Amino acid sequence: MLKGWLVLRELLRGAAITGRHFFANMTFHTLKLFGIRAKRRGAVTIQYPEERKALSPRHRSLHRLRAREDGKPSCVACMLCVTVCPSECLSVEAAEDDDPEIQKTPARFVVDLNRCCFCGFCVEACPVDAIRMDTGEIRLAASTRAGLEISLDKR
Amino acid sequence: MFADVLIILVKVVLTLTWTLLLALFLTWVERKESAVMQDRIGANRASVFGLRLFGLFQPFADAIKMLFKEDFAPTFSQRALHWLAPTLSFFFVAVTMVAVPFGDAIHLFGRTIPLQVVDLNAALLFVLAMLSLGIYGILVSGWASSNRFALIGSLRGAAQLISYEVALGLSLVGLIMVFPTLRLSGIVEFQGGLVFGFLPKWGVFLQPLGFAVFFLAGMAETKRVPFDMPEGESEIIGFYTEYGGLKFGLFMFTDFLEVIVLSALATTLFFGGWQVPWLGAGGFVFPWGGSLKVAPWAVTVLQVLAFNIKVFFFCWLQVLTRWTYPRFRYDQLMDFGWKVLVPLGVVNILATGFILAAR
Repeated sequence: MLKGWLVLRELLRGAAITGRHFFANMTFHTLKLFGIRAKRRGAVTIQYPEERKALSPRHRSLHRLRAREDGKPSCVACMLCVTVCPSECLSVEAAEDDDPEIQKTPARFVVDLNRCCFCGFCVEACPVDAIRMDTGEIRLAASTRAGLEISLDKR
Repeated sequence: MFADVLIILVKVVLTLTWTLLLALFLTWVERKESAVMQDRIGANRASVFGLRLFGLFQPFADAIKMLFKEDFAPTFSQRALHWLAPTLSFFFVAVTMVAVPFGDAIHLFGRTIPLQVVDLNAALLFVLAMLSLGIYGILVSGWASSNRFALIGSLRGAAQLISYEVALGLSLVGLIMVFPTLRLSGIVEFQGGLVFGFLPKWGVFLQPLGFAVFFLAGMAETKRVPFDMPEGESEIIGFYTEYGGLKFGLFMFTDFLEVIVLSALATTLFFGGWQVPWLGAGGFVFPWGGSLKVAPWAVTVLQVLAFNIKVFFFCWLQVLTRWTYPRFRYDQLMDFGWKVLVPLGVVNILATGFILAAR
């Protein structure tokens, strides 16, 4: 008998919680509908394609190669990023650079996003801070595999 | 004669349209209300020419999707029964709406037209009978599927519905003792009076315990979430596993129809039906003195509006319940039916009898 009453009490409390959410959110939705700005929104939903959530400053998105003053990539083709990459998605071909101080430059710098796991090790490994993952491009879908093999030095 | 047939036809069409449209939009209400309860937004993408209207076109999109799906029946199923089951389910629930009065009789062109398809003199029994017959849809679907799990699901459903049928019947006995008629229109008219001089003589004020038992047993009859043992749509396999497309749609639609029928019955039996508190044929007569004249057409409009608002409220309440509670365990479900609701129904009958005798 007592257990029954306790169950009933908890059931009513549950209904009170969901009911409170309903009426509170409904009030905020209605206020918004009539153009009255409320501090709180009726829903926590971010309607993705139209609304974007701000990316965190330390997010990791599509890679980019930083450029030297003359516009060429500042990569020196040292292959450290290729070595450290756990998913083996980077492929770099070295070529001779005109500047004897620099010696090497990438002839080809391809990141295969089919394999990339966005761990950011390449960014940490780079001795000249040439590769970064801060483009903010997170919509990287493509309809072919080849479409996800991106030449960073050509961009 | 011709005019009578025409009137009946119009009433049938209107009632069916009202019920089906409400059921269609109840799917929208269910999605939106659950979303609002859970701090979400819910379906809002369906649009017609860029007009979104809070996703109000979503039910139509869903209906079109259901219509264009393949009408699939497994090779091992029993074709005729497989087809019959959703139809049975749907029919027996939809047909109960004919007995529900939407408003007081209106006088038009020298005729008296009750706003009710048929004014059966045993309407309450008719409604209960039809709701009970709905079990056949479930049983037949489980049998016709030739699938053990579907059959077990349908048997679970039958056991549950029969158990709660008892409580449902018992809860209404007290009501019949108070309102000595089985005609739904008579019950509604009876609820137009006042108790203690100010309270509307609604069933819920005369039979609070009866209403609680009725509503809980009724919610079990709709077999929606706290009582969704027959379906178990999220994990345990239910009776419409082998159904797809429009036939599955009919089963789902039946669920929503049952919600509407239960709301309409709760309104009619316990919340005064189309009665607006203190509104008589001539206008409002307030218990604290004073009155307000209302034109006859406005009285009818107010009554139909009151009926609709009450039905909407109960639909809303049921959706709230559905999205608040997790499912009962099967033994808890049976315990609740037989050890709580049935005794409470009996206590209600005894208490009503004592009070009526002591008066």
